[in-house]
Amino acid sequence: MLLVEAWQFILAHPERFLSALWTHIALSASALAIAIAIAVPLGVVLSGTRRAAQFAIAGANVGRTLPSLAVLALVMPIMGTGFVPSLFALTLLALPPILINTYTAVRQVEPDVVDAARGMGMTRNEIRRKVELPLALPVIFAGIRTAAVQVISGAVLAAYIGGGGLGDFITAGIAMMALPQLFVGAIPATLLALGTDRLFGALQRAMTPAGLRS
Amino acid sequence: MTWFLRNWDQVAIALWEHIVISLTSLSIAFAISLVAGILAARHERVFRWALGVSGLLYTIPTLAFLALLIPVVGLGRTNAIICMVAFSLMIMIRNVATGIREVPGDVVEAAKGMGMDAGEILRRIELPLALPVIVAGLRIATVTVISVAVVAAYVNAGGLGTLIFSGISSDHAPKIWAGALTACALAVVADLGLAQLEQWLRRRAA
Amino acid sequence: MIEIAALTKRFPGAAHPAVDKLTLRVPEGAVCVLIGPSGCGKTTTMRIINRMIEPDAGSVVVNGRNVMDVDPVTLRRHIGYVIQQIGLFPHWSIADNVATVPKLLGWDAARIAARVDELLALVGMDPGMYRGRFPRELSGGQKQRVGVARALAADPPVMLMDEPFGAIDPITRTHLQDEFLRILHDLKKTIVFVTHDIDEAIRMGDRIAIMKDGALIQYDTPEAILAAPADAFVEAFVGADRALKRLALVSASAAMDAAVAAPAAAPSIEGSASLRDALARMLSLGVDTLAVAGPHGAAIGVVTLAAIRARTRTKPASEH
Repeated sequence: MLLVEAWQFILAHPERFLSALWTHIALSASALAIAIAIAVPLGVVLSGTRRAAQFAIAGANVGRTLPSLAVLALVMPIMGTGFVPSLFALTLLALPPILINTYTAVRQVEPDVVDAARGMGMTRNEIRRKVELPLALPVIFAGIRTAAVQVISGAVLAAYIGGGGLGDFITAGIAMMALPQLFVGAIPATLLALGTDRLFGALQRAMTPAGLRS
Repeated sequence: MTWFLRNWDQVAIALWEHIVISLTSLSIAFAISLVAGILAARHERVFRWALGVSGLLYTIPTLAFLALLIPVVGLGRTNAIICMVAFSLMIMIRNVATGIREVPGDVVEAAKGMGMDAGEILRRIELPLALPVIVAGLRIATVTVISVAVVAAYVNAGGLGTLIFSGISSDHAPKIWAGALTACALAVVADLGLAQLEQWLRRRAA
Repeated sequence: MIEIAALTKRFPGAAHPAVDKLTLRVPEGAVCVLIGPSGCGKTTTMRIINRMIEPDAGSVVVNGRNVMDVDPVTLRRHIGYVIQQIGLFPHWSIADNVATVPKLLGWDAARIAARVDELLALVGMDPGMYRGRFPRELSGGQKQRVGVARALAADPPVMLMDEPFGAIDPITRTHLQDEFLRILHDLKKTIVFVTHDIDEAIRMGDRIAIMKDGALIQYDTPEAILAAPADAFVEAFVGADRALKRLALVSASAAMDAAVAAPAAAPSIEGSASLRDALARMLSLGVDTLAVAGPHGAAIGVVTLAAIRARTRTKPASEH
């Protein structure tokens, strides 16, 4: 029935499907990578400040509540449609959870452990590298995991601003009331999201230092 | 800006629709998660199963979920509400269950020892003390639901998304601004309001 | 050896200086205990020695070098540091924790491994069993032992210890104190030890520095402070039972008269027991003479109530 028809659609248009899938993955992975590259160092730096951190974290908290589609739509009048505006919007969506988790994780490292490290003669850098970051890693990674799923979900919506991806099949399917096409978009997107969540979950477990596993 | 002022009635109607479906979904989700959460708080297996299933639902991309519901319920508000309830369940069940479990054991012991029955303990001790955590979950659910409702306009559920989609297809920027910014404002205001409520409840319980 | 001269530190907004022109000298290989009520400046003083806190005025000279002339990080790598909550790194094994400073100093792997085993054995933990474990698997007492081993790893000449046994239960604490004393005396390190427990200070210290509101009130051996408290504050601080505390410092064999033979049916006390225990036994049995038993059980002398009294003859503080 529907699933079979959906599968037949894919077989009939392999390049279209693979191209959309590839765009979807590329968009998501790039947005996530850029967001990590910005938010993790920023979160680490902010953990040592007071005023700047309050400001930034308040901003991130607001950012976290904004509807994904609204953010994507707001980018359009400014940057137009296509891959780059979508990438920009998705990166913005991925920043808050990673930033907040990184900041919180580093700050929550036990002060006594940091005091002992400092008292034994570690430089600020060594404390950061050897003590704070490894201990903060599990929570940082939880933030990255949340952001990853959000980005995959957002990339589906990128179809509306010409970003390509699996969302194209869904919007076309709804517009033409062609259910098989709709499934061609919806099911792979769902599987991609579930798979990403699983993958990052496994990575998170792998990243937890042996001493912290319960 | 001028478009907004001249057509604020359009925006107001969209906003109203948006709020109605959001509140409807949240009420339904709250009712279900209250029952499910209480059960989950008492039984470890129910807890893990409920979290597993609702966690799975939460991971499904919004538009994909709405699309997958079309063969089942067609287009329209029902579709949107089912999706929004499904997304809210995970966080709400988790928070109701966790909130109840985190009530200190000695407080419940004392209540039992004073002769309260299970129902009274639940109503007068556990739920009130779990309230801050429950509201924290409600806060996240609210923001999620508002976000879904924006997309749900595409399956004819109405709401602020209609302005966004209309603006995109007719390349009319002011409409996009109106729809998107109002949706953002709604989300931020709801989140801040519930945050205040959460803070107040925490201070009261402390 | 540590020489502290006119050390002063004032925190912003504080009514009086945290450390107020403190001057004292810790001889090489001695244990100096800093003690006083909360807020007296003992921990601040200790933390100035390894520059975790920077002083406002005065100087600290450790083994001939002014601490302000050395880069703080280098300074700390050559001073052992033990804090109350220990602060073991939870993500590292016990072996890695102990190896922290040697690694920072660039020792080679073989030397580090050997040193880790040596230290774990020294603090009474089987290296084979504990090397690969993690802090969360250890009890409070075990964690503190690892903390001490970690501080000793690079063989620093000076050790700073801030209430190291404060978070341990009383039974384990006494045990650890004894073991620790034994280790320290063998290693001949110069130690600055902070505590708020006068009994611990008397037990552990070669010198005790009693502080109040940032100032040094009295600095002397435990015996001297108990015999002659400098003022009413010190007298109250060491406790109304200071005469008994003094007796606890002296063994029965040190106060006995070896020339006198014990009466036939006299009750006895081991030579290694304290005069305080001897007094307690005399009181409970209603006698004023006890036979002192040597290591093999035979009587080696007697100790009398009069001798105990002589030991406690002191001038009351108010007569100064």
